[in-house]
Amino acid sequence: MKKWRISNLYLALVFIVLYLPIFYLIFYSFNVGDTMDHFSGFSWRHYATLLSDSRMISIVLNTLIIALLSSLIATIVGTMGALGIYSAKKATVKNGLLSLNNVLMVSPDVIIGASFLIFFTFLGFSLGFGSVLLSHIAFSIPIVVLMVLPKINELPKTMVDAAYDLGASSWQTLTKVILPAITPGIFAGYFMAFTYSLDDFAVTFFVTGNGFSTLSVEIYSRARQGVDLEVNALSTLMFIVSLLLVVGYYLLGRYNQNRRLQRVKAAEAKINQ
Amino acid sequence: MHKKATYLIPYLLWIGLFVIAPMALIVYQSFFNITGHFTLGNYEQYLTNGVYLKMTFNSILYALIITLSTLLISYPTALLLNRLKNKQLWLLLIILPTWINLLLKTYAFIGLFSQNGSVNDFLRFVGLGSHQILFTDASFIFVAAYIEIPFMILPIFNSLAELKPSMINASRDLGANSWQTFRRVILPLTMPGVKAGFQAIFIPSLSLFMITRLIGGNRVITLGTAIEEHFLVTQNWGMGSTIGVILILAMFVVMYLTRDRKVKGGRIR
Repeated sequence: MKKWRISNLYLALVFIVLYLPIFYLIFYSFNVGDTMDHFSGFSWRHYATLLSDSRMISIVLNTLIIALLSSLIATIVGTMGALGIYSAKKATVKNGLLSLNNVLMVSPDVIIGASFLIFFTFLGFSLGFGSVLLSHIAFSIPIVVLMVLPKINELPKTMVDAAYDLGASSWQTLTKVILPAITPGIFAGYFMAFTYSLDDFAVTFFVTGNGFSTLSVEIYSRARQGVDLEVNALSTLMFIVSLLLVVGYYLLGRYNQNRRLQRVKAAEAKINQ
Repeated sequence: MHKKATYLIPYLLWIGLFVIAPMALIVYQSFFNITGHFTLGNYEQYLTNGVYLKMTFNSILYALIITLSTLLISYPTALLLNRLKNKQLWLLLIILPTWINLLLKTYAFIGLFSQNGSVNDFLRFVGLGSHQILFTDASFIFVAAYIEIPFMILPIFNSLAELKPSMINASRDLGANSWQTFRRVILPLTMPGVKAGFQAIFIPSLSLFMITRLIGGNRVITLGTAIEEHFLVTQNWGMGSTIGVILILAMFVVMYLTRDRKVKGGRIR
């Protein structure tokens, strides 16, 4: 009984430490004062400042546009890449492509950022929206491939063969058989790419140049100047968004699982007929 | 065959332009000095100038401390989580903080650790007096470990969940006590998870630069800080690339030492 208590205490402590900073931020966003160490009263003041800060709002919009666009393009290219890796006949080609795919997954952000900066400068590409968008697409593609590829591998080869036997063209096989089967993987890939893009700081910091900014970069430059409770207000809103994203992802996962279960059941029923 | 080639073009272009070219360019750039002349000087300077070697050593040391303290906290947590009812829900709660923007979590500690912040209030309350917490090595290590903990718990939790209960029962049946069971059965079988966590934390810890600036107050210089400094402050891209090449080499060494399983989920911001 005593052991049980100690272990629960330990877990409680871990959870408290994990969540304390987050709730601390949220708590002080309602401070009427300007500091994060003395709570002098409740107010919505910092939220009002945030909502009337047109620079911050345009940065939020920039961040969202970058995230939506980059994950969309990365999903398209990544899915095509996953199909390509899947259809590679030689094992060496397949493994080679996979290793190249994973280079950006394991490289530290600083390396990705620095090497992209050299790359853009080398090409004479000006830094700003374009370079940030291209960088986000670039580091999101391997995530999409890694989410889609297992789904393609799960697809029984006999299904594809059956489609061809029944006279489907390769386009029809792709759109009527393969793509519907891997849709959950594609959605998961899009979702992961989206969150990676929203969260990225280091790569963006290197390739952003002057004038263009995303949320992470803006928070960094404000945090360097010290405490600014407008950032706290922003963090509360972002916490709520993250929470919604997690719930969405969780539901998506369950939806996928259910659909998968249903498909398995349907297949079993057909086989048993 | 022709058709196959067309739809693969964007992906292959990506590999060529954003995987191979930047990596090649960083190696290429490392052979140029600040005035744009080809030289081996950067490597020579790196290897002979004590400052760079000391910085590399410190960076590795900090990364090791961060990774090991994360492991020390995460292993028991994963072990205990695995025994709970609704463990998937609890795991989700562990993962949830990783969805909060990294910068915001770091920013929170500027408030918590400040001279009049809550941590100092607490220390005064228990009679320990206030201390300078922000801009110390300890605060840097704490915040870095704080951010990395979920990425260590997750792989360990997964390998614990894969562990067959029959293994533990067999060990008990054969007369092993709990410590022996842990030492001889549970720990060896969850090593892949520990290795995955080690890999997922050690490499990013070498390259952190945002936390060193905001929390470490420029006292701690990691390989990542040095690269950022050379690229964006002193504009000495050659030297920055040289340190980058060293970091890439360090990454391969770590991956080789912890091989046998790929990191699931991969990169941490």
